[in-house]
Amino acid sequence: MTALALRRALQSVVVLLGVSVVVFALVHLVDGDPVRLALGTRFDQETYEALRERAGLDQPLVVQYLQWISSAVTGDLGVSFRSGEPVTALILERLPATLSLAGASILVALLIAVPLGTASALRPRSVVDAAGTVLSQIGISVPEFWMGIMLILLFAGTLGWFPAGGYVPLSEDPLQWARSLVLPAVTTGLVSGSVLTRFTRSSVLEALGAEHVRTARAKGLGARAVLNWHVLRNALLPLVTVTGVQLAYLLSGVVVVEIVFAWPGLGQLALQAVQARDYPVLQGAVLLFAFVFLLVNLVVDLLYSKLDPRISA
Amino acid sequence: MSEPVLVVEDLRVQLDTPRGNARIVNGLSYSVAPGETVAVVGESGSGKSVSVMALLGLLPKRARVTGSARFRGRDLLTMRERELRAVRGDGVGMVFQDPMTSLNPVLTIGRQLTEGLLAHRKVSGKREARERAAQLLADVGLPDPRGALDRFPHELSGGMRQRVVIATALAGDPALLIADEATTALDVTVQAQILDLVARLQDEHRTGVVWITHDLGVVAGVADRVLVMYGGRCVEDGTVDDVFERPAHPYTQGLLGSLPQLHDGGAGGSRELVAIGGTPPPPTDLPPGCVFWPRCPVRGDERCATEQPPLTPVGPRDGAGAGSSAVPHRAATFYDAARGAGEVGS
Repeated sequence: MTALALRRALQSVVVLLGVSVVVFALVHLVDGDPVRLALGTRFDQETYEALRERAGLDQPLVVQYLQWISSAVTGDLGVSFRSGEPVTALILERLPATLSLAGASILVALLIAVPLGTASALRPRSVVDAAGTVLSQIGISVPEFWMGIMLILLFAGTLGWFPAGGYVPLSEDPLQWARSLVLPAVTTGLVSGSVLTRFTRSSVLEALGAEHVRTARAKGLGARAVLNWHVLRNALLPLVTVTGVQLAYLLSGVVVVEIVFAWPGLGQLALQAVQARDYPVLQGAVLLFAFVFLLVNLVVDLLYSKLDPRISA
Repeated sequence: MSEPVLVVEDLRVQLDTPRGNARIVNGLSYSVAPGETVAVVGESGSGKSVSVMALLGLLPKRARVTGSARFRGRDLLTMRERELRAVRGDGVGMVFQDPMTSLNPVLTIGRQLTEGLLAHRKVSGKREARERAAQLLADVGLPDPRGALDRFPHELSGGMRQRVVIATALAGDPALLIADEATTALDVTVQAQILDLVARLQDEHRTGVVWITHDLGVVAGVADRVLVMYGGRCVEDGTVDDVFERPAHPYTQGLLGSLPQLHDGGAGGSRELVAIGGTPPPPTDLPPGCVFWPRCPVRGDERCATEQPPLTPVGPRDGAGAGSSAVPHRAATFYDAARGAGEVGS
């Protein structure tokens, strides 16, 4: 177990280093000059050169990369071109909003997916199954921004139950935090939940067909015991993987939903950085997304080895 | 002879499929006495597995099961799910074909053994359940039974797993054990061990056994009686000696003829294996007469084409072995194929 964890963690570090190279290269290959963009109409050659030098942009790319990565490992991701604030601080400031939204979304998704997918699998081609299929197809195909706007119109506009947007930190007011979270979490949760519903249905169906389920029934176990311990317990394995992928996606910022709900998450931060060619912020954000992705995958792998005894260290 | 543990009468199983109504089991009747082993043989698709799954209500709900199957006097086929559940794993134990898949890979052996004991309230609590489970594993000859409780199926070999499956089936001290191709997936030496094990446990507990197999070698080794199935019907039954020595149905003859024999003596030297030509009819499209008619090399009576031949006693042949057994030897023919065509009917 610990050997597996250590090995996988080491692998992750290597992957992360590779990602950092790619991220750095991509960011610098994007067309557009951040200094020119920052100066705008106040452009003059002298200030331009001075600023480039101060940002280190006059150095060769390799040197720039080495400088960036060596301070990145100490947690210093540089300073934003645009605001002059440290990138790490900018990211940390946005992190609670993103974590809240991702956590709540995956909760909504699982609350939809597990019961609906299981019910569909238990009665294939029934009304429940048909309804589940149609709803999840809608959930997968409807664009998030549209769903978000519809939810705002209904629940914030007409009914006035929840705020239409904005984020209230948990530390400030837990109740308002929860209320502000509902609509964006439902929006992203519906999409993730739709994917997970389809997935739950197929894993449960597959688990139902396994021979050990017949053995369990032949033992005289009750329907509930068979379902919980011989069907769902086994269907859980693939579900954990897909849930991990969904969670990683949610954690790396859901830009569209963040914009619709004026949600100050990492997705918005990254988008603004792209628009301003704010290299340090963009690099930092993308590197963080890669890190989160690897971390979630690492956790999923370790969880998997806990859940499935066949995967040994 | 004591009261039979299981009496199956006119068991029929039908299933609606996209290709039409499949008649999978068509009027099967047999009984199993305590301590007796009845082998049901037939090739794949002959309905032998379905016929036993139907007994315990393990078929999909859309399967239509008719007839009767009285287990200790009570009809399994008309029981409610709750009553059936009390019979499963308690009065009737079941062993399935593939020990690689019939155990849940993510639960420990101990958990899988104790859950049945706990469900049937055979034990007072988890501690006692573990004690009993370890005892069961010791009974089936598993080395280090206590340690095995905390292991997972993949940590055991195929033969050991099948021992675990058998221990599970025996957990409720059943009056009837159904073994569905229980040794098919095992290699021959392990198979012999498992057969011995079941025979020993059967002797100790007077368990009636229904042994489903397509392996005639296994039948010869374990069975008291044989029931030969083809196309969902019994085409011949009787003692192992009667059926193997004097097969009376052309299908049984074909089945035995397709079996390689080491000691094929006689002046003619080694005998060629004879395969039965053709394939079994699909259960959605059974012939009106004898199910074997389309493939029958004998065709001893024209009526076989249009009428279903009833199971009729096979006449003693030149006095050899006649009436020596309480079990009648019957075959679904209009004639005695062992004696040559047409003699019984004419």
